[in-house]
Amino acid sequence: MAISSDPRQVKQICFDRIDIPHVNTLKVAREHGAYEFLPTVLKDFDTARIIDEVKTSGLRGRGGAGFPTGLKWSFVPRNTGKPTYLLCNADEGEPGTFKDRDIMRFDPHLLIEGMIMAGFALGVKDAYIYVRGEFLHEAQVMNAAIDEAYAANLLGDDILGSGYSMNLTVHRGAGAYICGEETALIESLEGKPGRPRFKPPFPAVEGFYGCPTVVNNVETLATVPAILKFGGDWHASIGIPNNTGCKIFSVSGHVNKPGNYEVPMGTSLKTLIEDYCGGLQHGSVPKVVIPGGSSTPWLTAEHYDTPLTYDAMMKAGSMLGSGAIIVMDETADVVALSRRLAHFYAHESCGQCTPCREGTGWLKRIMNRVESGQGTEEDIQVLGDAATHMAGRTICALADGAAAPILSMLEHFPEEVRARLVEKAA
Amino acid sequence: MSAESICSDAVRFSDERLAEIKTLVARYPSAQSALMPVLYMAQEDFGYISMDAQKMIAEVLGLRLMQVREVVTFYTMFREQPCGTYLLEVCTNAGCMLNGANELVAHMCDSLGINVGETTPDGLFTVTEVECAGACGGAPVVQVNNAYHEKVTPEFIDALITEKRAEGAE
Ligand SMILES: Cc1cc2nc3c(=O)[nH]c(=O)nc-3n(C[C@H](O)[C@H](O)[C@H](O)COP(=O)(O)O)c2cc1C
Ligand code: SF4
Repeated sequence: MAISSDPRQVKQICFDRIDIPHVNTLKVAREHGAYEFLPTVLKDFDTARIIDEVKTSGLRGRGGAGFPTGLKWSFVPRNTGKPTYLLCNADEGEPGTFKDRDIMRFDPHLLIEGMIMAGFALGVKDAYIYVRGEFLHEAQVMNAAIDEAYAANLLGDDILGSGYSMNLTVHRGAGAYICGEETALIESLEGKPGRPRFKPPFPAVEGFYGCPTVVNNVETLATVPAILKFGGDWHASIGIPNNTGCKIFSVSGHVNKPGNYEVPMGTSLKTLIEDYCGGLQHGSVPKVVIPGGSSTPWLTAEHYDTPLTYDAMMKAGSMLGSGAIIVMDETADVVALSRRLAHFYAHESCGQCTPCREGTGWLKRIMNRVESGQGTEEDIQVLGDAATHMAGRTICALADGAAAPILSMLEHFPEEVRARLVEKAA
Repeated sequence: MSAESICSDAVRFSDERLAEIKTLVARYPSAQSALMPVLYMAQEDFGYISMDAQKMIAEVLGLRLMQVREVVTFYTMFREQPCGTYLLEVCTNAGCMLNGANELVAHMCDSLGINVGETTPDGLFTVTEVECAGACGGAPVVQVNNAYHEKVTPEFIDALITEKRAEGAE
């Protein structure tokens, strides 16, 4: 397997080697192209050229926000006299997301190579991979691959005689969703509770220990080797303009073949579910699709044909997010789902903003009442008000994520909610 | 570590561990960054992170006890209390819930005669519910002492309980 240099042939980028047995070992990974182009990059490329290629590629961050990667890298100030850090976000905590896990456990060298290239572009000496604590196995696979990379002089001092040196360390989180937010991740990596920081200053200027810091998702960094090898133009001609390349979608819920599928951007939601995921468990159209992880607004059957792109999802009223698609068929209980998600956000709020701390608590308590048939018409009112008022008034976007399922439930299924109220349930 | 340390011997890191910690600290701009990995070491060595262990860690890393406590209490994976030999953590978030996780928890608790959050009287099993494990393609997901098991069935749980009980009785 090798990625085609003809963009029209490309179906996968990050998962290109994923099915090759033992490709987690350096030997097998190298037989299949890992680190092949790295010497050329270290010898012939410089910061400006790499950032240019990544800008041209149109690559947008795969962690959720979709921020253009080349642009983010160009914000890093040079010659500040301070070290620049590269942090890979492998916290993967957004309910529904499970793609970074597969890159790490099956093709760890792809991520390492991407990090060396990104690190080289940004003049980084120390890079870290922040892996969620539950991914012990993945952290072990990454560590074994990193050890092999050090032994082969792909990491450490004077990489492949290029004069460039970079260290790479795996750091395990310990069960806190909020640490996926980039400034909370930085706090956590500094050995503190993961409480998001006010922005600005942005991490690119003042991040890890006050130094310029780039935080990128696993999938984002794993896309870099292909971009540099085949060129930014190559990547830009996969998918559709402003939504280029391939994207891994983690599909879960009521589909027959849940799993990770990497497809060119612009593939439709329906195609993904029917042709790749074996269709729905019950019925022919979904009741709800959450397209980008639990924090993104719900879509219904009406949007089943939406192309999987940042822009089309936005137009449909939701977000592509991390590409975590949670599918519910006609058997789904949307009230139970919202109640469960309300518990999640209340549990994971770091508590430093009042609207989020109090709001997530309210949503949780009211949803408990509504699900158990104790809710009242007034509760519905309060749910809507609380969710509306907490969104957009906090340090980080967790509060918006907590509001999304509640607002979606009220918007699309008011009758189902009302049918559960105390007067009706009696 | 100094000889007049306030901690009991039971919660001392071995010399190998202390050497490991020294290498670890060198990988970060400041020793405080090594706190989480060192807490994991303590949990592995002592089963849980007692107040004595927290004091000892503060001393080893040159931190205030408060800085250690803040982190221990913020993150759900650090335990201040011992748990059963087998910690069964069931994800009940969206993907798993849509594929029978709540029924699985009920089955587990029934079979073991305990509630969520409790440990069996023989000290063998603790059952907890956890947030999304990041493996929704294999829902429902159960972690048994940090090892992931996917598409878990009640039969799998029964077999696991029987097997571990038999081992425990030996
Ligand atoms: C509450 C919250 C949780 C997040 N969790 C993650 C996560 O688990 N993984 C991730 O890559 N990004 C996560 N993000 C987004 C990061 O803040 C950041 O945008 C991302 O890591 C940047 O990398 P990218 O540009 O490569 O996408 C989260 C954001 C918020 C607000
Ligand atoms: S919005 Fe919530 S999670 Fe984010 S910083 Fe504020 S309290 Fe913490």
